[in-house]
Amino acid sequence: MPVLEIKNLDVKFSTRFGDHEAVKNFSCSLDAGQIHGLVGESGAGKSTIGSAILGILPENAQITSGSIQLNGREISKLDNRAYHRLRGGEISMILQDPQTSLNPLLTIENHLVETILQHQNLSEEQALEQAIGYLQQVGIPEPEQRIKQYPHQFSGGMRQRVVIALAICSRPSLIIADEPTTALDVAIQKQILSLIRNLAREQEVAVLLITHDMGVIAEITNTISILHNGHNVEDGETPDVLGRPQKNYTRNLISAVPRIDRRLDRFSGLLEEPVNGSAAEISHTQTKEVARTWLLENRSASAGAKPQSLEISDLSVVFSSRPSLFEKKLEFQALNRVNLTVRAGETLGLVGESGSGKSTVAKTIVGIHQAKSGNMTFKSRNVDILRKRKRDDPTRRSVQMIFQDPYSSLNNRWKIYDIIAEPLRFYNLLDGGTPEDKIVSAMIELVGLTTESLYKYPHQFSGGQRQRIAIARALVARPEFLICDEPTSALDVTVQAIILNLIKDIQDQFNLSILFISHDLPVIRQMADDIAVMKAGEIVEYGPSEPFFTQPQHAYSQGLLADIPSLDLLGPPGGIAEDRP
Amino acid sequence: MFRFILIRLAQSIFVMFVVSLIAFSLFRFVGDPVAQMVGQETSIQDQERLRERLGLNDPVPVQFVRFLRDLGTGNFGFSYRTRQPIGEMFLDRMPATLELSFVSLLISLAFGIPAGIYTALKRGRFSSSAMLILTLIGVSVPTFVIGIFLIYIFGVQLTVLPTFGRGETIAIGWWKTNFLTVEGLRALVLPALTLGIYQLALTMRLVRSEMLEVLRTDYIKFAVARGLNYRSIYFHHALKNSMMPVITIVGLQLGGIIAFSIVTESVFQWPGMGLLFLESIQFVDIPVMSSYLVIIAFLFVIINLIVDLLYFVIDPRIGSATDSQI
Repeated sequence: MPVLEIKNLDVKFSTRFGDHEAVKNFSCSLDAGQIHGLVGESGAGKSTIGSAILGILPENAQITSGSIQLNGREISKLDNRAYHRLRGGEISMILQDPQTSLNPLLTIENHLVETILQHQNLSEEQALEQAIGYLQQVGIPEPEQRIKQYPHQFSGGMRQRVVIALAICSRPSLIIADEPTTALDVAIQKQILSLIRNLAREQEVAVLLITHDMGVIAEITNTISILHNGHNVEDGETPDVLGRPQKNYTRNLISAVPRIDRRLDRFSGLLEEPVNGSAAEISHTQTKEVARTWLLENRSASAGAKPQSLEISDLSVVFSSRPSLFEKKLEFQALNRVNLTVRAGETLGLVGESGSGKSTVAKTIVGIHQAKSGNMTFKSRNVDILRKRKRDDPTRRSVQMIFQDPYSSLNNRWKIYDIIAEPLRFYNLLDGGTPEDKIVSAMIELVGLTTESLYKYPHQFSGGQRQRIAIARALVARPEFLICDEPTSALDVTVQAIILNLIKDIQDQFNLSILFISHDLPVIRQMADDIAVMKAGEIVEYGPSEPFFTQPQHAYSQGLLADIPSLDLLGPPGGIAEDRP
Repeated sequence: MFRFILIRLAQSIFVMFVVSLIAFSLFRFVGDPVAQMVGQETSIQDQERLRERLGLNDPVPVQFVRFLRDLGTGNFGFSYRTRQPIGEMFLDRMPATLELSFVSLLISLAFGIPAGIYTALKRGRFSSSAMLILTLIGVSVPTFVIGIFLIYIFGVQLTVLPTFGRGETIAIGWWKTNFLTVEGLRALVLPALTLGIYQLALTMRLVRSEMLEVLRTDYIKFAVARGLNYRSIYFHHALKNSMMPVITIVGLQLGGIIAFSIVTESVFQWPGMGLLFLESIQFVDIPVMSSYLVIIAFLFVIINLIVDLLYFVIDPRIGSATDSQI
């Protein structure tokens, strides 16, 4: 008998804009000790299924038909009181962000002991003993001491281990893991995934793993369902579905996944976003011409050997803060003697885990942070990075940035037209030549949106479209150097592929130099000509990209590459759609 | 932690120094003290002699130092009006104000916190909406109107509660208390309600919004998913987290209640410090006014110090920011 059996599940949300079916006719079945993956992009309905199983759907959502059976018992029709008795005891959960899933005011002991006592009839001492055992099991060193500590005294990976201990300490038969590793660095992701896999096997727990990450799916699931718009597109054994996808949507999803083991010039076989064409096929040659002249005129031709565009040497940045007037100044060395060179028209990929100083490099280049020591030359001209950059400094315009989160990098109260036109006004770029609206229209078409978009507001666009707008805003300032700080990490994988293609196209057309920052090595491999690996404010390995991926020299880089989930299960990237008409 | 207390103490002393400076300037420069003290028929020579004897001809910094020294030893000087030592006058009045403030704070917390929790948990119910509308009245109607309204109903129409004065008190040492006699307790009801209603409404709304905020967090969702019982989730996990900002505001409120009990004390003729202050204003009794300023500031500083220390007790994250994360 399967632990979990869902049949023809429909979930409907009632909103003031009418009803919305988040899950349509979804079925799946899961045995003890197995891990079933729910894969899909945002809005696919995967988290809704998780909430429905736990009976914690939002108030405006309801199960309209179908059944959910847990160990042979129908649970979807239970009232909340009866349902609550199942939670913990039979179903438990692991949430995405370990920073927020523990109560900051209680010790780990409080958390564990309370949960154990809720589900078992034990004395406090016995519960404490069990709690320490669970901490040991999830790999927390010195559990007797650490159990007395508070959540803020644990690092992210350790906290997620505590969360897992909490989820298993009530001995559930089913655990719903909602993006359990999305907020973690890749090395920790690997540890947490193998922990979940071992627990599932040893404790005979069924795990429903909700994620958007194909690597995670390929690494630990036995079976999967691919979800799209609430529909179950395809399901089955993981190797079958990923290796021999039958449906177009699945193929598309798989070809959009960046591969660590090979470099593609473009992601191919992609279904385009429904609204617009891609940058490569802009219809109006006239506007294209406007864009070309706008971006390329007044640029010194860079024929022949590729000159250096940007060079930083011996860059050190120190952050100092004084917690209060009476306390000693605290100093933190964010960057230590960093040397980097970006050649014109090429891309330097900057990789590292969170806190390694990647973004500090970017912010120092654009002049948000001041360096303690070091030099920067931009197009063979020395730039003073030790002092605040003057407003009319040429680098303020010719170096532009594209930010990670397109939801917060665009002003929600401005129309797209004004957002794109702002750099023109700010840098005083219009001197009687081409009129403003022509340039703005050319830019929006260049990034693959229509001119109607100009009169809308940011909230009317999806994440990928917003990132296109952010690119247009960066381009309109006539940059020669782009800094892309995790430009796709907030996006779904198919949208990521489209945006990466767009960035490549634009780089080729306009000979831009790019500093591409990411924690995601497979993405970096697709984009970078050179690669620099950062750790704790220092560059540990720096060189051409291709040799790096085949033969990394530094032990740290080797570790980074080894931690990436293997995608061997997936069929060859791109071209599948053409192979199977 | 020890260091933190030292820093806070240093800040408190600085605040008290500034307040003393203001009180001193009020005392020294608003009107001529000698002219206030003597009658019209006192001769100029006598006035000069008095001025010399009081030290008013000394340089201003010397006078200020003397003023500080007097404050430090609890010597607040003499009232122009009653010729009594001001320290004694305040000691006499302080229990009345403190007891009134304490009871109204108790009322506001005892009803405000449960009401806030109730309205947060039973969101959208008729009873919650009714309570929210009632508190809106509590916040928007001025204190003296509420006081007069209560007097009209309970004192004039129903004649069940006394409407002025402290009633019967029992002295424990110098502290005269209302708490030990039935008459005294009855006399407390109306003024304490009047003073507490505004705070009650504020506390309730604050607790409600903080609770709603906390109930949306992941750790509450996770606690539900682990099957903890709802009483523990609401009253242990959620309430403790929503109390942080409430403590800050309640601390400020208590200071406010003490300082602004003036209106209530005058409506109910409650013989506290506020009433004394009002009487002193009528007679331009500047030494009493400046002493009142210093005493109220002192109470504020003490309360805030206690609130800061409470944070340590409740929130383990404060004071351990430099703890190593492993």
